[in-house]
Amino acid sequence: MKKNTLLTLRLIAIATVLLATSLNNLLAQANTGYKVGDTATDFKLKNVDGQMISMANYKDAKGFIVIFTCNTCPFSKMYEERINELNQKYASKGYPVLAINPNDVTKQPDDSFDAMIARAKDKNFSFPYLYDESQAIATAYGATRTPHVYIVSKKAQKLIVSYIGAIDNNHKDADAASQKYVEEAVNSLLAGKAVKTNFTKAIGCTIKWKEA
Amino acid sequence: MKHLTRRLLFFLLFTFVFLDFSNAQSVEVIKYPDLAKLISTPSEKNKVINFWATWCRPCIKELPQFLDLYEKYNSENLELSLISFDFVEDLDSKLIPFLTKRNIKANVYLLDETDYNSFIDKVDPAWSGAIPATLMMTSKNTKRIFIEKEFTENELEKVYLNFIK
Repeated sequence: MKKNTLLTLRLIAIATVLLATSLNNLLAQANTGYKVGDTATDFKLKNVDGQMISMANYKDAKGFIVIFTCNTCPFSKMYEERINELNQKYASKGYPVLAINPNDVTKQPDDSFDAMIARAKDKNFSFPYLYDESQAIATAYGATRTPHVYIVSKKAQKLIVSYIGAIDNNHKDADAASQKYVEEAVNSLLAGKAVKTNFTKAIGCTIKWKEA
Repeated sequence: MKHLTRRLLFFLLFTFVFLDFSNAQSVEVIKYPDLAKLISTPSEKNKVINFWATWCRPCIKELPQFLDLYEKYNSENLELSLISFDFVEDLDSKLIPFLTKRNIKANVYLLDETDYNSFIDKVDPAWSGAIPATLMMTSKNTKRIFIEKEFTENELEKVYLNFIK
């Protein structure tokens, strides 16, 4: 009897250590976010039309152009039209745009869900505009700024991060951009080729995180 | 009498020009190579370089901390540069009025660039591109630290003093 109790205690101790370690790993992962090649998490977020949206809903999609963006950042505004065009060009080819607003509404009141609904209507968004109220998805992906793009592609039931970065290399003028990173990446993926430039950086507005 | 009027006129003109000049905030519009030079040229002073913009809320919120730091340590050994990502079209309509209104005397530069990916890593590999962000270097560039975040209340001075120790 005594021996059994001891064994149980030992097992509990081992389980606790294991749990703590895996939790630590999870937290560490959350802090750094995804790198190209990592498996991305799906999500269930509220769209401006009131529906809950997950990548799993898109049975026929080959992948997704996930864009963290918002109502208020001047860069996000400059790219709205281009984001619309990306969706119009690639949704039918299997790569729809899923835009996600992760900003904390207390820090940026104009990024409220109601303001998102108004913005999507005003600017004729052709893509879902999702509200990451808990910021869990922005955290998991490791998004830091708006706009911040993650292209994920479906491979053997998994969502593989295939590109992280900017939309193109000229925020002011789409026509003057000499490199259209997202288009080049999606074209490569559609052609079954490796994405040549799979990571870029750009200036953007910092995501307005909730106070810890 | 005519002489006096002319003198007065000259005096007024001079005063006007002088006053106007002392109130105007000058902003240097720069490209990345200028920024690279600003960063890499060794100075006798410690450098604090803050990346910001008038449209960036958290940047504006933390800006007074940089101005206070400048007031306090400028005469000692601090060189503060504010690198703005305001759009060059907004220089006269937004940035200069903002600086004038707040009487900001620090060195302000407007970085007029588009191909961000070509230089962000060169400023610092730790920079994702989000602003506000701050680069600190001790005199003669012996030590550097890059911080991509908004400083909480009273945090900047502590971070700075701790860094230059």
